[in-house]
Amino acid sequence: MIAATLLALWSHWRRHPIQLVTLVVGLALATGLWTGVQAINAQARLSYDQAAATLGQDRLPRLEGALTLEAFAAARRAGWPVSPVVEGRLRGTSLTLYGIDPFTLPPTPGGVMPDLSDTDVLRDFLTGEVVFAAPETLARWPDALPPGRPLSGLAPGLVMADLTFAQAQLSQAGVTRFLIAPGGSGTPEELAATIPGSTVVQPEPDGDLARLTDSFHLNLTAFGLLAFAVGLFIVHATIGLAFEQRRTLVRTLRALGVPLSVLIGCLAAELLALTLVAGALGVALGYIVAAALLPGVAATLSGLYGAGVAGSLSLSPLWWMSGFGMAGLGMAVAGGLGLRQIARLPLLAPAMPRAWARAQRAGLRRQAAAGLVLLGISAALGILAEGLLAGFLLLGALLVGAALLLPPILTVLLDLGTQRARGAVAQWLWADTRQQVPGLSLALMALLLALAANIGVGTMVGSFRATFVGWLDQRLASEMYVTASNVEEARAIEAFLAPQVEALLPIVSQEVTLAAAPGEVFGIVDHPTYRDNWPLLAASPDVWTKLSEGAGVLVNEQLARRQDLWPGAQLDLGPLTAMPVLGVYSDYGNPLGQAIVGIDAFSRAFPEAPRLRYAVRVDPDTVPELAADLSDRFNLSQDQVVSQSAIKAFSLAVFEQTFSVTAALNVLTLGVAGFALWASLTTLGAMRLPQVAPVWALGLTRRQLALADLGRALVLAVLTALVAVPVGIVLAWVLLAIVNVQAFGWRLPLQADPWSWLSLGGWTVVAATLAAALPAWRLWRMPPADLVKVFAHER
Amino acid sequence: MLLSVSDVHKSFASADGPVPVLRGVSFTLDHGQTLALTGESGSGKSTLLHLVAGLDAPDDGRIEVAGKDIAGLDDAGRAAVRRRDVGLVFQQFNLIPSLTVAQNLSFHARLGEGVSPERLDYLAQRLGLADLLARYPEQLSGGQQQRVAIGRTLAAEPRLILADEPTGNLDEGTGDDVLSLMLELVADSGAAFLMVTHSDRLAGQLDARLHLRAGQVA
Amino acid sequence: MNVKALTLVLALLFAPLAVLAQGFAGLGQGGEGFALPQPDPQFDFPADHGAHPDYRIEWWYLTATLQDDAGTRYGIQWTLFRSALTPTGPQIWMAHMGVTTPDAHYSGEKLARGGLGQAGVQVAPFSAWLDDWQLAGDDLANVRLTASTDEAGYDLTLSAEGPLVFHGQGGYSVKSASGQASYYYSQPFYEVSGTLDLPGGEVAVTGRAWLDREWSSQPLEDDQEGWDWFSLHLDDGHRVMAFQLRGGEPYTYVSWILPDGEVEPLPNGALRLTPLVQSEVAGRVVPTEWRLQIPARSVDIEVRAVNPDSWQATLFPYWEGPVIATGSHGGDGYLEMTGYE
Repeated sequence: MIAATLLALWSHWRRHPIQLVTLVVGLALATGLWTGVQAINAQARLSYDQAAATLGQDRLPRLEGALTLEAFAAARRAGWPVSPVVEGRLRGTSLTLYGIDPFTLPPTPGGVMPDLSDTDVLRDFLTGEVVFAAPETLARWPDALPPGRPLSGLAPGLVMADLTFAQAQLSQAGVTRFLIAPGGSGTPEELAATIPGSTVVQPEPDGDLARLTDSFHLNLTAFGLLAFAVGLFIVHATIGLAFEQRRTLVRTLRALGVPLSVLIGCLAAELLALTLVAGALGVALGYIVAAALLPGVAATLSGLYGAGVAGSLSLSPLWWMSGFGMAGLGMAVAGGLGLRQIARLPLLAPAMPRAWARAQRAGLRRQAAAGLVLLGISAALGILAEGLLAGFLLLGALLVGAALLLPPILTVLLDLGTQRARGAVAQWLWADTRQQVPGLSLALMALLLALAANIGVGTMVGSFRATFVGWLDQRLASEMYVTASNVEEARAIEAFLAPQVEALLPIVSQEVTLAAAPGEVFGIVDHPTYRDNWPLLAASPDVWTKLSEGAGVLVNEQLARRQDLWPGAQLDLGPLTAMPVLGVYSDYGNPLGQAIVGIDAFSRAFPEAPRLRYAVRVDPDTVPELAADLSDRFNLSQDQVVSQSAIKAFSLAVFEQTFSVTAALNVLTLGVAGFALWASLTTLGAMRLPQVAPVWALGLTRRQLALADLGRALVLAVLTALVAVPVGIVLAWVLLAIVNVQAFGWRLPLQADPWSWLSLGGWTVVAATLAAALPAWRLWRMPPADLVKVFAHER
Repeated sequence: MLLSVSDVHKSFASADGPVPVLRGVSFTLDHGQTLALTGESGSGKSTLLHLVAGLDAPDDGRIEVAGKDIAGLDDAGRAAVRRRDVGLVFQQFNLIPSLTVAQNLSFHARLGEGVSPERLDYLAQRLGLADLLARYPEQLSGGQQQRVAIGRTLAAEPRLILADEPTGNLDEGTGDDVLSLMLELVADSGAAFLMVTHSDRLAGQLDARLHLRAGQVA
Repeated sequence: MNVKALTLVLALLFAPLAVLAQGFAGLGQGGEGFALPQPDPQFDFPADHGAHPDYRIEWWYLTATLQDDAGTRYGIQWTLFRSALTPTGPQIWMAHMGVTTPDAHYSGEKLARGGLGQAGVQVAPFSAWLDDWQLAGDDLANVRLTASTDEAGYDLTLSAEGPLVFHGQGGYSVKSASGQASYYYSQPFYEVSGTLDLPGGEVAVTGRAWLDREWSSQPLEDDQEGWDWFSLHLDDGHRVMAFQLRGGEPYTYVSWILPDGEVEPLPNGALRLTPLVQSEVAGRVVPTEWRLQIPARSVDIEVRAVNPDSWQATLFPYWEGPVIATGSHGGDGYLEMTGYE
């Protein structure tokens, strides 16, 4: 009996193979995009954890600031269990060199240590003839480094070397930090008190990197969820249709004596089988998506945050299972309703096919009300709530609310059109389009979400880029930037350059703790370069004069917004006592808090900070020649002499990378929505035959009918796009004014880009045309005999 | 002669090769005449009606409507015939669900020459639809729907009205009422009327009868 | 791979000195490029109290037998090891400490690299340290010893009541029949007072201590698998340093030290050692009571551990603890045993 029942149920799919394909592909797409994004997230998180756990930094307090090996030895002899670490970016590479002392490194659970069990390896490690790195890091190994040995578990991009070797490579005499193991002679603060210029950094539950990159991953996750939701629309629509079309069959089977439980069981088994197939496809697709996007993500995170992420995937079984879990969830959500309806289907009710998903006006009204409530909630969140999570809730309520409102809005618009239409065909076209809205609403809602996301993110990216480019022009006012290898060389370069250039502006900086988070302090000289160009968002009177007198501090926007530090507030700068905030400058792309003080005040506070960098004001035309001259004379590397244009190009490239990932997801989401539209139109095309055939019988040609179908799809897509524009703009505003501020700490002005919206509208038309083309073509080419069957057959 | 059918053949494709449905059917019909087309299921009567309506093309033979051979017309030509020369009434009524009763009534006429409001009013009155004009088809009973379909056809003022079991989906009483109303209005319009039915009783109400058996006139 | 494995490997590096030899045969090899001990050494003090980086391995090894007012016996150990990975460096330092009571034993260890000041030895004033574990004073005859772990520690003042003594041929100590050797001298005449920091509180103690200084480059035979080493203060004022190297061809040596510091070296075979009581310690069977006979000096004593469980639970473990001697002579001292599986 079960076999016979399954066969009968399965025969439906044999008759409707496109439906089956739609269902499987829909679920696979939904699962694929979701799992792909999750794979990227998981890989990145793993990499951060590795980076943070490498030296147990995520669990131990540490000392930072002016640290030396002498201070290290003194601390050890005084009974402090500290271990020195030297860390720095390897010049000319994207690699981070980590110098450790293997003898004092505290054993931490989960910490990664090189295998030095071979005496020769230990000797070579200590003498700098061997370093360690993750296998994927070894794949792009610079010639300048000694041979690397693989150490899996080490964060990508990280090169672990002996302390003294790292010091030599990085030209650092000092030590970046002391890790403080438990069991010392007192608190870390007491230790810090014995070492001038040092500060205690307590471990955070999340590593710095995790905190900085959270927002990026939240973005990705939000997109993954959106894609999943869009895919679910497809699955829901298809499953609903399949169940609806099989009502008669179900009734017949039950009349023939198949118990309800067996029937439900068979349908559930069918869903399970479909889930497994679609889940497998989806997980495979997710892997492909992740593998394709991950290099971009890795480049982004590396450029933006200095976070190393493996460029290739290594995924846990849990991830694979979660992919199937999501597929199953989607199927359960979409299929559960159908199963419930089947379970409640009265046995003796007449087998009258009910028009599928026929919209009742009351239902539309309820949907409109729900949409308005959600929009209200999102508005309330925008006004009242704070925090990143609230920002995303706001986005969710906005998008879902707008999606729910779409069918009522379309119905109203099409009603208006019907009333205004004059000719019979026009009137029928409008009315019939309106009639189709319920059947297409899920696909149209998916399209709306995809378009809104596209517009929103596109506008955000556009605003970001425009603002950022303008800001770079102001901020990078000097024509050339020079970094000396050491203080003596810096003096020599200064002497060499001074007579040849308009101005030589020293740049000094020090990593400090600003408002309990890592930050930087810069010292600058008083010069028109700053007075004329530096972009200030808020300023007190005579800000530059006061700054040069050491009477206050400038802070970047991130710090200002995070700590509510606007002109008039006080900022504690560690060695500098609390200083009044004189102004706030925009500092896009910097995840850290930053402060600027006059160079005299800086030198008093951080006498140890070496003065190695200079901004050079010079005739732009002479930059190449001067740079070449400098490089030759002082044997400076490419990284040590950088022209303004090179920095700009690099900065812009980093940001392009950041958003190319988002853009890729956008395109994919739009593609999924287009697929949903195609699937809905295809299934509706077959179902609508009884409604189209009479019109044909009354004297319209199949060609006219096909064109009408095409036109109808276009009208719906264009109307949806029109609704999507305001939703997308609001979305962009939320991203720029709420999510960005919460996640990154800066706020950007929204810059409308109607041209891109127009081109998106064009793409929507293309997508809708493609989606509607096949069903329309089928109608056009349909043999009259098939149309005639509508009249000839008992139904 | 309004309608002249001569030696019409038609087969349909099946898994076992072409199945002949009509095998040389000929007949004529003049203005104002009513003709019943009867026969067993599968005798080819509906197929013949569809060919005459220009819904499909015959494999062989001529079908002249008002002196025009519609068998040789292309898609657009046949569509024009359906718009202007022929009116169709189906067993399942086949109203357009997205349009109101009023819009359905005028729809066919507006595809062609148009229709005067007076005639629409008249038809609505005669068909008892005056109070139902704002409704949608799904809100009507079967008899009401068929009356709308009849009105739709009559409003277009075709010269030839074709009906395929027009009362097949109605109970006997309603069916009789609808048929007599239809015949009355057809007579008023002066159109020729061809009706497919398997009921001898209904066929008896028409001027003449053509009985098909296995695709040929019996 | 974690830091433990690294430390283990470092422990192995120190193993070549028989002190910790526990079957790591391969590590006895390869003194190429290092200086080798030569017979008839001429020591130069205080310089020779300091490090000899051109030799592969070296240590400053101090043990003390102690008693409190109530007569309870204690023992402490403090060792600073130096090992050179190559003749030109890098130098690695390791420190061990141990505290033994009749019913407990505490141990600890630390590692450091040379050259940073975290560990090292200065000769004038004398100071040998790794982190805050150190042996320091004006000169080697008057030093203060401090070390502690989370569990236990000590702070002791040591003063030498006699001269340095030189083992073997004037400090040239042969370690096998085939001639592996080290430079080896001791200060066995320290009087000690100070406090032990135990989990139950501080305890004031007095007693006697013994410092060993030894350095070499290739001291072990391939087949030597462990050793039993005794340093004893006899009640009649004599001191005894006696060891046997087990495995292959056993090899023994005894320094019979007169109360005035004069040394009478006794050759291979002069020492007879018989295990009397075996104890199970840390999953191995270790002799914790010995019969020690030196017929040439009429010594026939039983040597018994104060605490049979004196296990140095360092990453590279061994037995090291105070002992009491009874029989032909009374006395106390320290016993070290390695190579028991």
